[in-house]
Amino acid sequence: MTRKWKYLAALTGGMLLSASVVAAEPSPAMLANACGGCHGTNGASAGPSMPTIGGQSAIAIAEAMKGFKSGDRPATVMGRIAKGYSDAEIDAMSKYLASQKWVGVGQRADAAMVAKGKDLHDKNCKRCHLENGKEFDENATVLAGQWLEYLQIQMDDYASGSRKMSEKKAERMKKLSRQELEALAQFYASQK
Amino acid sequence: MTDIKRRDFFKLMGGAAGLALAGCAGAPMVSSTGEMMPKTGRRVVVIGGGYGGTIAAKYVRMSDPSIEVVLVEKSKQFVSCPFSNLVIGGSYQIGDITIGYDKLASNHGVKVVHQEVTGIDAGAKKVVTAGGTLSYDRLIVSPGIGFRFEELEGYDPKATPSAMPHAWKAGEQTTILRRQLEAMKDGGTAIIAVPTTPYRCPPGPYERASQMAWYFKQAKPKSKIIILDANPDVTSKGALFKKGWDKHYKGMIEFRGNNKVVKVDHKKMAVDTGVEEIKGDVVNVIPPQRAADIAIKAGLVGEDKKWCPVDATTFESTIAKGIHVIGDACIAGAMPKSGYSANSEAKVCALNVVALMNGKEPIPLSGINTCYSFLTDKEAVSVAAVYKVDGGKIVSVKGAGGVSPDLSTLEAQYARSWIKNILVEMST
Ligand SMILES: Cc1cc2nc3c(=O)[nH]c(=O)nc-3n(C[C@H](O)[C@H](O)[C@H](O)COP(=O)(O)OP(=O)(O)OC[C@H]3O[C@@H](n4cnc5c(N)ncnc54)[C@H](O)[C@@H]3O)c2cc1C
Ligand code: HEC
Repeated sequence: MTRKWKYLAALTGGMLLSASVVAAEPSPAMLANACGGCHGTNGASAGPSMPTIGGQSAIAIAEAMKGFKSGDRPATVMGRIAKGYSDAEIDAMSKYLASQKWVGVGQRADAAMVAKGKDLHDKNCKRCHLENGKEFDENATVLAGQWLEYLQIQMDDYASGSRKMSEKKAERMKKLSRQELEALAQFYASQK
Repeated sequence: MTDIKRRDFFKLMGGAAGLALAGCAGAPMVSSTGEMMPKTGRRVVVIGGGYGGTIAAKYVRMSDPSIEVVLVEKSKQFVSCPFSNLVIGGSYQIGDITIGYDKLASNHGVKVVHQEVTGIDAGAKKVVTAGGTLSYDRLIVSPGIGFRFEELEGYDPKATPSAMPHAWKAGEQTTILRRQLEAMKDGGTAIIAVPTTPYRCPPGPYERASQMAWYFKQAKPKSKIIILDANPDVTSKGALFKKGWDKHYKGMIEFRGNNKVVKVDHKKMAVDTGVEEIKGDVVNVIPPQRAADIAIKAGLVGEDKKWCPVDATTFESTIAKGIHVIGDACIAGAMPKSGYSANSEAKVCALNVVALMNGKEPIPLSGINTCYSFLTDKEAVSVAAVYKVDGGKIVSVKGAGGVSPDLSTLEAQYARSWIKNILVEMST
């Protein structure tokens, strides 16, 4: 809570709830903790299909949430959840989650697929998904050690066209076959 | 009591006898067995290591490690109600949904005491167990539900549940119900009696009917399920359940609304709605509910004598100062009696208990509930909502939440990860 809010809360304190004097807005931790029942404590998922979001890029989390909220990005449940928050709340929780440790889980994957995925990554993806997907550039996501089942679901959504892409991403992704997308998913899942 | 605790106990009795005496003055309710663990600094005691209690204990420690947290839970292991219907259906095993407490201790320094709490002395700020008392600065109570057996004529709390399991607290009861279904002949009838709302997990009985039907369809396809519901209609996700029953179990599940069971006879395996007596081969009587015994005993329930009224932001009891009630036992406005709600309430409560203990203002509530229900082993639906406080009450945020558009295999895939994540969150 900023100093301004504290000041406002103090000013209006008498008009607030009778039972307890309450600060003006939910804190970032208050907002983000509620996500942990699905995504894990501090956004570190235990898998196998629920994505890890703690330690992800703040821009990527906020963009995902706003996409879920508007319906731009396909979702089973996140659309219904994201609509519950203002853009300011989304920004606050995204920053909080981004400040947590990224707990990537290097999963066992098919060695030949991983090698093929690495090759495809180097040719197509590494300009935004830096360091084999361990780091990010702007709104690109961290992918290294993300859960394989989740990556596969996302690849399906890209391939079917239900998840939209930026032009620069589409340019690369459109050329890739289903099998190549699977190789990429396995490569990222195998990274730590 | 373990040896170490016994030693601590005697140490305390010897070293701090004067203090203990002073603390007990004017508090005749506290048993004379004395303090179980010496309190050295500020302490939060949590009663109940289930969906609410584990999370409250962990999140108090995570947000302020200078506060000591003692979690008092009567069982050594916790068996989850969520996904226990899949154990009854046969696609999950009880071991998949059983957790222990050791990592809460080693990862977060939560002190876990396996005792049953028999009383709370709000004046002296002490919790009473057979092994001694525990002093607290603030108490968080998450003991779950108890049953209003007395409203069912003929119900014997000892004998009836082994013949007609409720399986509304998971563990042995879940296993009994599963075994009875396995032993039932093809062409048999299973009855599910649903109590009046509010009860733990509104969609639970209908998920259970779906899972029984899933098992019958494979193993005993001539069998039938009758749902005798005290409520007029399916209380949650009604359209989706009916759609799923029509799609997968046509003719197998019979739903009878406004059929409140008022009398049971476990020797005859019969239930009575006051209008007619119905016999079943397997009879799953889910009794009407209230907050767990300890909440009643400690006087934490309100005028309805069933549930605990609390402040909508701090979950502090409106009856007893310094005691917070979360989970199924409390009245949390629009938040339903679910595991996800209990998890979310626990985090709100933990942050605000820490705020209050540090002399800060409480932080406004932001909460979530999601409940997945399985129609088969591979198709699930969900209901979700986001909560805030408005006018002193917990309300759902308008425009958000709602139910799934349809049955979905993708939701089932996510739901299997949900149970894994929430149980890992509770136990590590
Ligand atoms: C069949 C079924 C299916 C369900 N499915 C779902 C689902 O899919 N999703 C969902 O979100 N919710 C579901 N629920 C609801 C969920 O189980 C409850 O809402 C949740 O367990 C509530 O948490 P709680 O902390 O209040 O109580 P509990 O989780 O029951 O924990 C209470 C704990 O307190 C302990 N305790 C009680 N009294 C004492 C005492 N005096 N001393 C010491 N320890 C004590 C108990 O041993 C227990 O461990 C389901 C429930 C049922 C019955
Ligand atoms: C009921 C479980 C559930 C809850 C609660 C939940 N999520 Fe999600 N989350 C999902 C699922 C499932 C997906 C995949 C998209 C979908 O199908 O909805 C997802 C996807 C996401 C993604 C995209 C991740 C990526 O890298 O592609 C983000 C970001 C996210 N959630 C953030 C949040 C935040 C923030 C909250 C809390 C306000 C939250 N979630 C609460 C289940 C949940």
